[in-house]
Amino acid sequence: MSEQVSITVKVNGSIVRRMVEPRLTLLDFLRRDLGLTGTHAGCEMGACGACLVSLEGRAVHSCLMLAVQADDLSVETIEGLSENGSIADLQAAFFERNALQCGYCTPGVLITARDCLSTGGVPSRDEIRDALSGNYCRCTGYEAIVDAIEVVARMRAANAEGSK
Amino acid sequence: MKARTFSFRRVTSVEEALAAFASCEGEARFLAGGQSLLPALNLRLDAPDLLIDISRVEGMRGVSVSSSGLRIGALTRHVEVLRSPLVAEHASLLSRAAPFVAHPAIRNLGTIGGSLALADPAAEFPTCILALNASLEIAGANGIRTVRADDYFRALYETDIGPGELLTAILIPPPSHGQRVHFDELARRRGDYAIVGLAVNAVIHDSNVKEIRLAFSSVGPIPTRAKTAEAQLIGTFLGAEGIASAQAALANDLSPDGTDEVSSETRMHLARVLLGRSLNALLREDK
Repeated sequence: MSEQVSITVKVNGSIVRRMVEPRLTLLDFLRRDLGLTGTHAGCEMGACGACLVSLEGRAVHSCLMLAVQADDLSVETIEGLSENGSIADLQAAFFERNALQCGYCTPGVLITARDCLSTGGVPSRDEIRDALSGNYCRCTGYEAIVDAIEVVARMRAANAEGSK
Repeated sequence: MKARTFSFRRVTSVEEALAAFASCEGEARFLAGGQSLLPALNLRLDAPDLLIDISRVEGMRGVSVSSSGLRIGALTRHVEVLRSPLVAEHASLLSRAAPFVAHPAIRNLGTIGGSLALADPAAEFPTCILALNASLEIAGANGIRTVRADDYFRALYETDIGPGELLTAILIPPPSHGQRVHFDELARRRGDYAIVGLAVNAVIHDSNVKEIRLAFSSVGPIPTRAKTAEAQLIGTFLGAEGIASAQAALANDLSPDGTDEVSSETRMHLARVLLGRSLNALLREDK
């Protein structure tokens, strides 16, 4: 066992201080040390997208980042995004369109979807598919996922138009 | 799998980074975006004793422009290259290639310097800097030196960067009048390693090719210029005939190895297809 390093990370809005081994990935830190098991471990090599979290507002693979690299930074996981209601419309659309079956990929897909829609406007289906290129879904397939994201994009655009 | 244990040190200056490397008794690695290093550690393909985190080093990030061209800090992330108005204006080849680099989440952390220091033969940015005739700024014990992209790539995953040296910036000469660039690649899936990729940087006036640099990915151990095809094209009128003879000339320039998935012949065929598509795209843009 190598030496432990002290880190301070803002996780879902709360400041967390822990001693960690340098080799601990952000993924294992979230799941094991903090019990935030909504972030899933898949390939652990950046191919499947199950472990995506939001770092300083941008989607990143928590398996391709060390916990020590998140020191002084802000991380949001699917738990935080679910509780603060910021992706409630996406979650509802995924439910209504059956855009998940086993749900293993869903937290990562939702983080990608949130990023994809963060710039506003309605992306084309090709653009949505391109955004999802780093997320593997092994059961539903992608049609329903793209549908759900597209529906929310249109809904948000209509709401933004209506509130002008 | 999980990485083997290692020590970790964060540095905030180039000097501190070089000193940390020099004083490490075992194997040390610089950690920038980590998007290739972390998989290698997780798979235990690499197991260094010390990681030196350079990601917060001041002055190694961002894009600036001067009379001598564009300077891109090595720690500039792929997403920043993709969205930078300065890159779009002064080195649009990189803006065009950036969407092909892996997936959005990888682009959010991965850095252009990391990609060039690793020098994966299938990667996009190495071909671009070769086509752009860029230079690389490397810091070491004896100060800063620059090396031209043509002399930078040595062998598979081997560059001119020596042990304990650090790539700090990429320097791209100003675009010439009449510059035309194009990037394209063929891959099985979006974001996957390219079967073959091509970066083109040309100067074309009224369909006459004044200068052209063609840099291929995935056709050998290092990004490879197609010099016979370039010579074939320079000084000629860019049209169907010229494109066909450039495609034929590739036989002198490239001899890609076959793999289980893609035979040598298929890769060669796809290189010709890609060259044809790219030159035709330049032709359309010129009109």
